[in-house]
Amino acid sequence: MSDKMHLKMTVNGKQEDLLVEPRELLIYVLREKLNLTGPHVGCETTHCGACTVELNGKSVKSCTVLAAQAQGAEVTTVEGLSTPDDLHVLQKAFREHHGLQCGFCTPGMITRAHRLLQENPNPTEEEVRFGIAGNLCRCTGYQNIVKSILAAAAEMNAAKEAAE
Amino acid sequence: MSIAKPLPHDAARLHVTGQARYVDDIPPPRDALHLAFGLSEIAHGKITKLDLGKVRAAPGVVAVLTAADLPGANDVSPSAHDEPLLAEGTVHYVGQPLFLVIAQTHLAARKAARLATVTYDEHPAILTIDEAMAANSRFEDGPRVYEKGDSATAIKDAPNTIEGSMEIGGQEHFYLEGQAALALPLEGDDVLVHSSTQHPTEIQHKVAEALNVPMHAVRVEVRRMGGGFGGKESQGNALAVSCAVAARLTQRPCKMRYDRDDDMIITGKRHDFRITYRAGFDDDGLLRGVEFVHYARCGWAQDLSLPVADRAMLHADNAYHLPHARIESHRLKTNTQSATAFRGFGGPQGMVGIERVMDHIAHHLGYDPVEVRQRNFYTASQQISETTKPQTTPYGQAVDDFVLHEITETLLAQSDYAARRKAVAAWNAQNPVLKKGIAYTPVKFGISFTLTHLNQAGALVHVYQDGSIHLNHGGTEMGQGLFQKVAQVAAASFGVDVEAVKITATDTGKVPNTSATAASSGSDLNGMAVQAACDTIRERIAEHLAQTHQTDPRRVYFENGKVFVGDDEMTFAAAAQSAYQARVSLSTTGFYKTPDLAWDRLKGQGRPFFYFAYGAAVTEVVIDTLTGENRMLRADILHDAGTSLNPALDIGQVEGGFVQGAGWLTTEELIWDAKGRLRTHAPSTYKIPACSDRPDIFNVSLWSEGRNREDTIYRSKAVGEPPFMLGISGFMALSDAVAACGDAYPALDAPATPECVFNAVNRGRTS
Ligand code: FES
Ligand code: FES
Repeated sequence: MSDKMHLKMTVNGKQEDLLVEPRELLIYVLREKLNLTGPHVGCETTHCGACTVELNGKSVKSCTVLAAQAQGAEVTTVEGLSTPDDLHVLQKAFREHHGLQCGFCTPGMITRAHRLLQENPNPTEEEVRFGIAGNLCRCTGYQNIVKSILAAAAEMNAAKEAAE
Repeated sequence: MSIAKPLPHDAARLHVTGQARYVDDIPPPRDALHLAFGLSEIAHGKITKLDLGKVRAAPGVVAVLTAADLPGANDVSPSAHDEPLLAEGTVHYVGQPLFLVIAQTHLAARKAARLATVTYDEHPAILTIDEAMAANSRFEDGPRVYEKGDSATAIKDAPNTIEGSMEIGGQEHFYLEGQAALALPLEGDDVLVHSSTQHPTEIQHKVAEALNVPMHAVRVEVRRMGGGFGGKESQGNALAVSCAVAARLTQRPCKMRYDRDDDMIITGKRHDFRITYRAGFDDDGLLRGVEFVHYARCGWAQDLSLPVADRAMLHADNAYHLPHARIESHRLKTNTQSATAFRGFGGPQGMVGIERVMDHIAHHLGYDPVEVRQRNFYTASQQISETTKPQTTPYGQAVDDFVLHEITETLLAQSDYAARRKAVAAWNAQNPVLKKGIAYTPVKFGISFTLTHLNQAGALVHVYQDGSIHLNHGGTEMGQGLFQKVAQVAAASFGVDVEAVKITATDTGKVPNTSATAASSGSDLNGMAVQAACDTIRERIAEHLAQTHQTDPRRVYFENGKVFVGDDEMTFAAAAQSAYQARVSLSTTGFYKTPDLAWDRLKGQGRPFFYFAYGAAVTEVVIDTLTGENRMLRADILHDAGTSLNPALDIGQVEGGFVQGAGWLTTEELIWDAKGRLRTHAPSTYKIPACSDRPDIFNVSLWSEGRNREDTIYRSKAVGEPPFMLGISGFMALSDAVAACGDAYPALDAPATPECVFNAVNRGRTS
C-alpha cells in the first residue's frame, strides 16, 4: 500500500482532516469516509454526472478528481444545500415539479443546477438544457428537470428582488 | 380523495437531499467483503487451463471461487437452467463470468480479477443473424408461426405489393444505478439479501437453490432501484447469488456492484432484430395481406427470449387490422450477451415492423402516411354494436376498446399536423442541404404478462392503533412512482391523507411469491391487491363501529381523515383505537389475479391481454444531408392512461418513455467486433439522449377522455411501457426527411445514426 497523506478540506462547511491514499478519488472519500452518499457512482468516467459536486465554486465530476486535488478546498455536496429545517429552493422545485423518477441522477443534477444558477441566475430554457448536458438522466426525458430549474431560478430571482 | 392527484413521488424529499438509499448507499457492515468476476476474453471455446495463482496472491484477496467451489446449483437463469453463474469448461461469450474474487475492497477484487492466466481452445463463434441461420443455431426446434387467414393468396391477388427488410439494433438499459447486491449471513443457514432487482422472488429462489436451502431461509429486500427498464428482471441474479454464496463461505457480509463497463459487457440488452416483410394492398392503401419474418438475436442463453419474441409477434399488427397475416419468428442463439427484458419486451420491435410497412405503402402510393395508417385502423370501439363486431388480432383476440381514431384526430389538430406537413414540404423545396421530416405514429400495446400465471399480486396492510398505516406489496420501485400510486389507493380506501400511509421496502418475508415488476403491470396488479386488503380492514372497522353505534355498517363513511358513523364522527385514529380495544384485527393480506385471460402460446391463439393501452405522437426533425446529423425539433404526444391515478407521474412516464424510445432508434448504437467483443461498452461511445438532445418543443398530454373499459384500479391504464413506442415517430420522421432527398424509399435501418442517415441520403440521390 502506498503512503497515506493528510487531506484537509471543508465539506459542506465542516472542516475535515482525513488520511487518504494519493490515488484515492474524491467520490470515494466522500461516500465511504464521510458517509455522504448523495453523490452517486454512475460511470466513473466523467460521462454521467451522478457524482457531481462543487469544488471551490466549480462543478466537478468527483469520480475523476483525485482527493489530493481537494487539498484545502471547499467542497459542497447535495447534502450541503439544505438545512435541517428547510430544503433549498432547487430541492423544493425538483420535488414539486417532478424533476425526478428513480432519483439516482438527482443529487448530481441539483448540485450542477445550483452552480449553473450562480453563474447565470436568469438562464433561458436553452441555456439550462445545454448547462446540464453533462448530467445524464435515463428516466425523465429531462422535461421536468428543466422545468424544475427554471422554476427555482424564477423563485430565487423574485426573492432577491423582494429583498432589494 | 387521493386518487387522480399529481402528488409528488413519495421519496422525493429523500432524493433531493441525497438521503434516499440505493444498495450501494447502505452503510456496509464493518467486516464486509467485496466481489468481482473474472471474465471470458473469447466468444466461444473450451477453457483448457485456468491459472488463478496470481489472483489468489493479489493484495487484499480473501478467496477465489470457480464453478467447482459452489455449494449448490450453479445456475442463475430465470428460465431454462442454461446459465451457469460461473462457466463450467465452455465459454459462450466475451464477458462471461469464469471465477469470483472475494476481497477486502472493491478495487482489490477488480484488480485481482484481471490477473488470471486463461488458456482456451477457441471454437468458431456465431455472432450474427446470418451466421446463426446458416448454422441453425436457435432456441426451440424451429420458428414459431402465428397465422390468420391466407396471406400468400391475399398478397398475390392484391393490386399492389411491396417487400423489404430492416435491421433494428438492440439497446443497453443504462439504468443510472448499475447492478448491485449485498448479502448478510444470518444465524444458521439464513441469509438476508439486498438487491437492486425488479424480481425479489426470483432472487430468493435462485439464492435458495445456490445455497441448497429452502426459500424460507432467504429474505430479499428491495427498497428501490436507480432505474430498471427490464434490465433488472433477471440480470441481478448473478450478483445476488454470488454475494449469498460468498457470505455463506466466509460468514461475512458480501457486496458486489458492477463497474459500468463490466455491467455493459456482462449483462443482456434489448434483442436486436431483422424483420423482413411482404405486403399486398389496394389502391387506397388498405392492407389485404402481410407477412413478417422476425429474426431475433437472443445471445447465448435463453433467459426471457421466448416471451420477448412472442410479444414481438403479438405486436406485429400494432394499431392495424390485418385481414390475412403470417408472422414467423426465429429465436437465434449467438455467442453474445444473453439478450433480456427491456421496456416493451419485444413489442417495440414488432411494432417497428408494421410501422415500416405503413410508411412504405404510403411512399409507394404517394399518400400522406397518416391517411394510410388511419385507413387500416381497427374498428373504433364506439362503432361496435350488435351488427358491427370487433375485428380480431392475428392471434384471435377481439379488439373492442380501440380509441385511436379519436386520439389521432385530437392529436393531429393539437399539433397542427396538416399545416406543418405543408410547411415542411415548402421548406424542403427551398433548402438543398437541410431537410425536414414529420411523422405520426400510433401505439396499441397489450397489457398483461403473456405467461398467464404471472398475473397475480399480493399485499399486506397493517393499521396501527394510532391510525397510521403500514403498507407492503409485491411490486418494486424503480422510479416509476409505483409506491406513490399504491399509497394513494390505500389512502383513498381509508379516506386519509397519503402522509398517513408508510410504504415499506419490498420484502419477500412480507409478501411471498411475487411476480417481477414488469410488463407495465405494477400498479394494475399491486394496486388491486392493496385495495382488497384495505377494503377488508375498513369493513371490519365499519362493522365494529356500526355495532357500537347501533347502526348499519353501510352508514359508516371514511372521509377527510375522519370516520362518520350515523350522526357521530371521529378521527380515523380514534376509530382505529376503538377497533383495537374491541379486539378487531387490523392487519390483513390482499390478493388479486387478472380475470378473463386465456392464451395458448404455442398455437398463438386466445386472449393474452386484459386490455390495450393507446397513444400517439407527431414528431418533426431536421437532417443535414451533408453530414447526416439531425435534431428533433418538436414532438407532440397524446397518451391514454385511462383515468390516471396520478397524472404527474404518468406524464413523467410518457416523456421519459418517448425520449428513451427515440434514443433506441437514433443515437444508441451497440457495436460488436468480429471477435464478438462489445466495442461500445461505456457512455463515451454508447450515447443515450442528453438534455441538449431533447426536442425544442415538447408537448405532452394525457387523453382527457381516457377511461379503462375493464375493471382496473380506478379505471386507470398501465403506463410504464406503452409510451416507449411513441419514439418510433422520431425514427419515421427521419425517414420522411431522407425521402425528401430522392425518389427511392429510404429503407432506413435503426438506429438511424448520422452515418446511417447520411448513407441513406446518398442511396436516395444515386438511385
Ligand atoms: S460517476 Fe462521475 S461522471 Fe459518472
Ligand atoms: S431520475 Fe432516474 S436517472 Fe434521472
